[in-house]
Amino acid sequence: MTAPAAAPAGSVPALDLAVDRVSVDLAGVRLVHDITLTAAAGQVVGLIGPNGSGKSTLLRCVYRALRPAAGAVLLGGDDLHALAPREAARRVAALPQEHSAEFDFTVAEVVGMGRLPHRRGALAGPSAGDEDRCAGALRRVGAAHLAARGFLSLSGGEKQRVLIARALVQEPKVLVLDEPTNHLDIAHQLEVLALVREAGPTVLTALHDLNLAAGHCDLLYVVADGRIVASGPPAEVLGPDLLAEVFKVRATPVRHPVTGAVQLLLDRLP
Amino acid sequence: MSSTATAPATAAAPPGPRRTPAVPLAAALAAALLVSLVCAVAVGSSGLGWGQVLRLLRAGLTGGRLEADEAAAYAIVWEIRLPRAVLAAVVGAGLAATGVAVQAMVRNALADPFVLGISSGASVGANAVLMLGAFASLGVWAISVSAFAAALLAMVLVYLTARTAHGLTPLRLVLTGTAMSYGFSALTALMVFAAARGEAARSAMMWLLGSLGGATWGSVPIAAVTVLAGLAYLACAAGRLDALAMGDETAASLGVDPDRLRRELFVVTAAVTGTVVAVSGAIGFVGLMVPHLVRMLVGAGHRRVLLVAPLAGALLLVWVDIVSRTLLAPAELPVGVVTAAVGVPCFLLLMRRRGYSFGGGR
Repeated sequence: MTAPAAAPAGSVPALDLAVDRVSVDLAGVRLVHDITLTAAAGQVVGLIGPNGSGKSTLLRCVYRALRPAAGAVLLGGDDLHALAPREAARRVAALPQEHSAEFDFTVAEVVGMGRLPHRRGALAGPSAGDEDRCAGALRRVGAAHLAARGFLSLSGGEKQRVLIARALVQEPKVLVLDEPTNHLDIAHQLEVLALVREAGPTVLTALHDLNLAAGHCDLLYVVADGRIVASGPPAEVLGPDLLAEVFKVRATPVRHPVTGAVQLLLDRLP
Repeated sequence: MSSTATAPATAAAPPGPRRTPAVPLAAALAAALLVSLVCAVAVGSSGLGWGQVLRLLRAGLTGGRLEADEAAAYAIVWEIRLPRAVLAAVVGAGLAATGVAVQAMVRNALADPFVLGISSGASVGANAVLMLGAFASLGVWAISVSAFAAALLAMVLVYLTARTAHGLTPLRLVLTGTAMSYGFSALTALMVFAAARGEAARSAMMWLLGSLGGATWGSVPIAAVTVLAGLAYLACAAGRLDALAMGDETAASLGVDPDRLRRELFVVTAAVTGTVVAVSGAIGFVGLMVPHLVRMLVGAGHRRVLLVAPLAGALLLVWVDIVSRTLLAPAELPVGVVTAAVGVPCFLLLMRRRGYSFGGGR
């Protein structure tokens, strides 16, 4: 994808994100226990952990699809769940995992929805500026040629890029991504992670691929059974002992012969 | 349209869905609706000429002079046919708009205003009057009042049953509404079975399939005000409906509280559908099919759908009513029979011609 060199239009200063002793219940079951994490303005922070560890549940709390049972999500010091929904959505955008496939919106319409929290007046439609922003965001994710297509006719990876474009036009100060690299081919995985960093907001992202997490995150939090079990810079966190304990895999760090970066070779525990 | 210079690898990308511009379409439909209202007044069994009908309409609007022998014709035009045609338009617009709202609310393109149990609930109310003589003190209003009250009661029951600690979920709403509908229908059937006398059973049937035969100027204002208020609310909610249609989590991340929006939609739908059903019976098909037809033409964006769908619903129902009262004149066909006869082929044809996706990909 050939992203334009121009700085992202209308990018906004990022905000500090703090998840402060948050617990989350779903249907009477506590899925997240007393989690605290912080992301400084502009940082890319990764959440890693096995399936069902509570990553998505915690992220849902941060983009307000769930309310915490205890604790608070703080944005630049403000309690996110005390803000009006539209105000909150101007600060936090999300790439959720859900894909509803009932109505045949075009790609341009789906991306345009990202401007919803910025509309003035209930009857107001998209402004000329909105359309420019949407076209620009689609270009940045390499999906400009899809604008007129039906969203439902796209492949999984194309959908994912379009939804990232929608999150970008929301011009958030914090961007929450739930498995952003799902369905993406390798080139787009690398591209998307570079793109969200370059876009400027504070990023909190769940990732499955440990090497991607190591290569793209400033800070990692490891979640297991709804609790944070380790945190820190990737090089400190991704040790063989922790990976064996949390992910049940044997990890062998090797140095990449070309880039020099440390990569993990993963296989089953002996 | 999509493959400009920016299309790198996928040069053979299929084009986007074909779209008709919404504003010109709406203008055309509005013009057609006006013409159709005049047609609806002119067409009928009393042998009034077009010239005479136009003159009488103008006389009524501008206070012009009438010939002495035109009083009867004037009454037919102004007291019988015009309120009926206007009511058909109002009911059609209301059903189409609430159809759009319910489909977004339960995120299911197969839903319609009646899936929430409202028509079957209203039937119980209407038939209680027809069969058992309930609310006799209300006279001619008995059926409408009873149907409206029963419709609202049914929706409250569905709402309370479907509600959970996490708000209304689409699937629970549809399942509860469907299950309740069966219950209400059984009650209606029981009443008809227990109390059917020839004429009463016939009116029950007429009511279940919808009829505009009882239209008077008395029933137009309440229906019109409720429908217009509902349309105004929905127009303001169009952007939020788009977000809700994409999913509750997406809606939340876009600053739309899905539970609150769903509650608001529930109340608006209940009021509009209840009112419409009370004046015209349970006219099926319009609320299900018109939203689909309109989406095929203008796409799924609710701003455009909500601009076009009420006009399309109004136009459809005006013509359906013309057909229902002229095809077998002097007998009248139930409106629901005609909506199905007109709409089903039309729908199937459009579905085949346009690559319309109902969800679940292609």
